[in-house]
Amino acid sequence: MSIPIADHVREIPKSGIRDFFEIVQSMADVISLGIGEPDFVTPWHIREAAIYSLEKGRTGYTSNLGLPRLRRAISDTVQKATGVRYDPNGEILVSVGVSEAIDIALRAILNPGDEVLYHEPCYVSYNPSVALAFGVARAIPTNAEDHFALRAEALEAAIGPRTKAVMLNFPTNPTGATLDRSQIEALAEVCIRHDLTVLTDEIYSELTYDAREHFSIVSLPGMKERTIYLHGLSKAYAMTGFRIGYACGPNEVIEAMMKIHQYSILCASIMSQDAAIEALERGEPAMLRMRREYELRRNYIVSSLNEMGLECFMPRGAFYVFPKITSTGLTSQEFSMNLLREKRVAVVPGTAFGKSGEGHVRCSYATGLDQIKIAMERIREFCEEARRQRTRSAA
Amino acid sequence: MEPLAKRAERGHHSPLSMDALIDLLRHNPLMPREDLARLLGLTVDEVNARVAELERDGVILGYQTVINRDKWNPDTVTAVIEVKITPERDGGFDRIASRISKFDEVQSCYLMSGGYDLLVLVEAENLRQVATFVAEKLSTIEAVVSTATRFRLKTYKENGAFHHFDTAPERLSVSP
Repeated sequence: MSIPIADHVREIPKSGIRDFFEIVQSMADVISLGIGEPDFVTPWHIREAAIYSLEKGRTGYTSNLGLPRLRRAISDTVQKATGVRYDPNGEILVSVGVSEAIDIALRAILNPGDEVLYHEPCYVSYNPSVALAFGVARAIPTNAEDHFALRAEALEAAIGPRTKAVMLNFPTNPTGATLDRSQIEALAEVCIRHDLTVLTDEIYSELTYDAREHFSIVSLPGMKERTIYLHGLSKAYAMTGFRIGYACGPNEVIEAMMKIHQYSILCASIMSQDAAIEALERGEPAMLRMRREYELRRNYIVSSLNEMGLECFMPRGAFYVFPKITSTGLTSQEFSMNLLREKRVAVVPGTAFGKSGEGHVRCSYATGLDQIKIAMERIREFCEEARRQRTRSAA
Repeated sequence: MEPLAKRAERGHHSPLSMDALIDLLRHNPLMPREDLARLLGLTVDEVNARVAELERDGVILGYQTVINRDKWNPDTVTAVIEVKITPERDGGFDRIASRISKFDEVQSCYLMSGGYDLLVLVEAENLRQVATFVAEKLSTIEAVVSTATRFRLKTYKENGAFHHFDTAPERLSVSP
């Protein structure tokens, strides 16, 4: 006798990253470029604020929506970044990481069978989150030639009679893709014309390089009322373990999300919220220092990979590069497994982020330069050996 | 030729790469030029030229090594001396400060706001040497009104480098 598992849960495949993680865990001396979180420890003044919070005995629940002061800080931050003003009382909800915000946003807006479009390769949770909300997730493949941007024509072609929403994530995990303002305008025009709701996950927005400003779709006229803007502190402030995300949106959506949030989560941890206030109010200099460090490493890793024949474009955001590995004659899975076994370097197969990730691997540069240097050397050797073997077996 | 910093402001060099270059060198002057070039998106020749300019313009005054004092000559004495001086009609504090700075024992010398005028960092082989320096050299300068000497007991952080390191926190080896 066993406890039966719900059909819609059983049908969700196990994350490809998880299998890979198990193997890496079992090996010693692995240099990992497979990590999707900052290698920096949270800046000290933010950690110190969390300690102070505990010291003061701030250990209880907060308002379901989050501490009012944090919501005000979020409102100011979002307004500065997008030009859009969200009312801290009713248009902002503090969540446990962006992951929770995505989950409750989808559950709040989807009726069973409603369709949600998302661009792929993408973050691993989008498809399952839609399925868990009884929606139907449909991937729109993007490709290296477009630098993994989502084209408005591709979006429009994918829209069907039951399409309710589209999920955007620029800068993108795992590709580092970003969109120009004109590309975003074209997407917004399609969304308005087809009356789509937009969930925009902008968790990497501060990590935009080459002195370019991130541009959000919510900044465009006619978009605030149809957009759920999702963000958090994990990446820019190196606060993944604090689990603070937030959603900004029209009051009726935030109210609906709040219903789910209050019954399932209640509220995000108060000391994490206190730390988040410190980060948003005074964390910018530390954040900018980390951003510059990422940018330097990006330059290093992109030039190294291209030199060894693993083509990749210069990503303008996040902390990932997504090189093409087909010149080695290997699939993404083979490349990653062999590289791990032979050279003890972990990268994530592109297919972990959707079928359209085949032919690529994700390398994170949220790792110290000394480690990146060794990893690049080992990958170079690996590629040379793989190509030599390929030539030999062809002859 | 106008100073490099000025030209950087006017956009001749991207300010990011100039700031970043200086910070990289401050952190590790021994980083291979090849690595600096890759990080900054420049050629090695460009990096060499910029470093040479920074040195020539006096933006970079020198390169130093941070020594863990517990592990090398732990008996060396460091003192900070607060010095009150009477400024001169013509030279202000500068002439006296430069005179004090020229002693070999003096590692750093700063003009301060507040209750005293100069903060002097002195390094010597033992206490007696510091005492001799204060009594015979520093206090005897005519403009020096008073001194207050304090000795270093332990170093926790120096020039941005920690002496007692926390162990690196663990991260998952692969995560989405």
